[in-house]
Amino acid sequence: METPADAIGDEPAISLEGMTRDFGDRPALAGVDLELGAGETLAVLGPNGSGKTTLLRILAGLLRPTAGEAVVLGAGLPADTWKLRGRVGFLGHEPLLYRDLSPDENLMLAARLHGLERERARRRIAELLDRVGLTHRSRDRVAEFSAGMAQRVAACRAVLHDPELLLLDEPDSHLDPTAREVVGELLGPAPGRTRVIVSHQRERALAASDASLELGT
Amino acid sequence: MRASTDAYLALLGKDLRVELRTLRSLPAMALFAVTTFVIFRFALDRTDLEGGLAAGVLVTTLLFAAILAINRLFVTERDEGGFELIRLSPIDRTVLFAAKSSALFIYLCALELVAVPVFTLFFLDSGAAMAPLIPVLLLANAGLAVTGTLISTIATMSTARDLLAPLILLPLLVPLVIAASGASEPLLRAGGPEYEDFGRWLGVLGLYDSVFALVGYAVFDFLLED
Repeated sequence: METPADAIGDEPAISLEGMTRDFGDRPALAGVDLELGAGETLAVLGPNGSGKTTLLRILAGLLRPTAGEAVVLGAGLPADTWKLRGRVGFLGHEPLLYRDLSPDENLMLAARLHGLERERARRRIAELLDRVGLTHRSRDRVAEFSAGMAQRVAACRAVLHDPELLLLDEPDSHLDPTAREVVGELLGPAPGRTRVIVSHQRERALAASDASLELGT
Repeated sequence: MRASTDAYLALLGKDLRVELRTLRSLPAMALFAVTTFVIFRFALDRTDLEGGLAAGVLVTTLLFAAILAINRLFVTERDEGGFELIRLSPIDRTVLFAAKSSALFIYLCALELVAVPVFTLFFLDSGAAMAPLIPVLLLANAGLAVTGTLISTIATMSTARDLLAPLILLPLLVPLVIAASGASEPLLRAGGPEYEDFGRWLGVLGLYDSVFALVGYAVFDFLLED
């Protein structure tokens, strides 16, 4: 049986043609064209309000484009958004964590929603929390965490299910230099992983990317 | 199917765990119900109620207490990104509808464990009606849970959410209130429970529950779109 992943073949991981998104009368994205190969990393740059987050949300299937063609991992958006579910890792401005649950509980919830088998999920969660140095806080409520600690847990959530496409919106937010390095490794290039990184740190983002897209120019 | 069941259990477990940890809804619902009974007792200047009046006081009090939980049902999803978590996951989104309806159903049952004995103590001569009230309340809870979850989802997406939920919900609940009161009225008569038209009203409640569960299943996916 053909899976959505099989259907991609040699096609680019992301292909956008004239993609536009308006919020009422205000255009957030106007005619974006882009092609990104599988396994490549794209840096999305631009000033505040230039549509970087909007672009990421469209690529994640969280927002519908107003016009234009968008094919992500072989799925035409918005019609085939369902084919993307479970194949995208998303790290946005919000950590997507329940504040009254612990990192363990949050990650187990995400794992179960992604259909990970429990024992495998347990091992994976322990490994990820160890990598970001939060094993000793794995049973504390996220509400008690600093923004940087929550961001580290959110990074674990984004890669928990080994997504094919990783969409990162300012992944360094709130992180100190050590944590930035640790999280950078976690979210870094991996076999078969395509990445789109929104960043205001131009030089750093360009150095870590195969291609770049400048919005709002 | 197994994945959906596991996702359903995970989401339901999350809601119950958060409620047990924070007690944001249940104590408020119970306190509201007890306070309302006290107000009714003084407002009606009666120490005992029977028949239609008793049924009306009980059903409307439980209904308004339920609105407190309905208003809060999706607050964590809205404020903490739970909707996006669901939309990124490879699961049928109606699993969230089922989990939230189940959580609300459990909250309502927990509320009634406190409210119905207090109601009996305040207004009834005996507790004889309590056992036959159970199927009525369970079916009414199921209807409140599915309708409340559906309307709470719509309201959560709006900026006027606190106003919108009761405004849309209350008219939709009129058939449920009529059926629940109709079923409860003979059970709460002065001489003890009677079962006149009991089965018919339970049938109406079951039909209401089924219709709104199906409507919820059919439209919930669209409600989560941007």
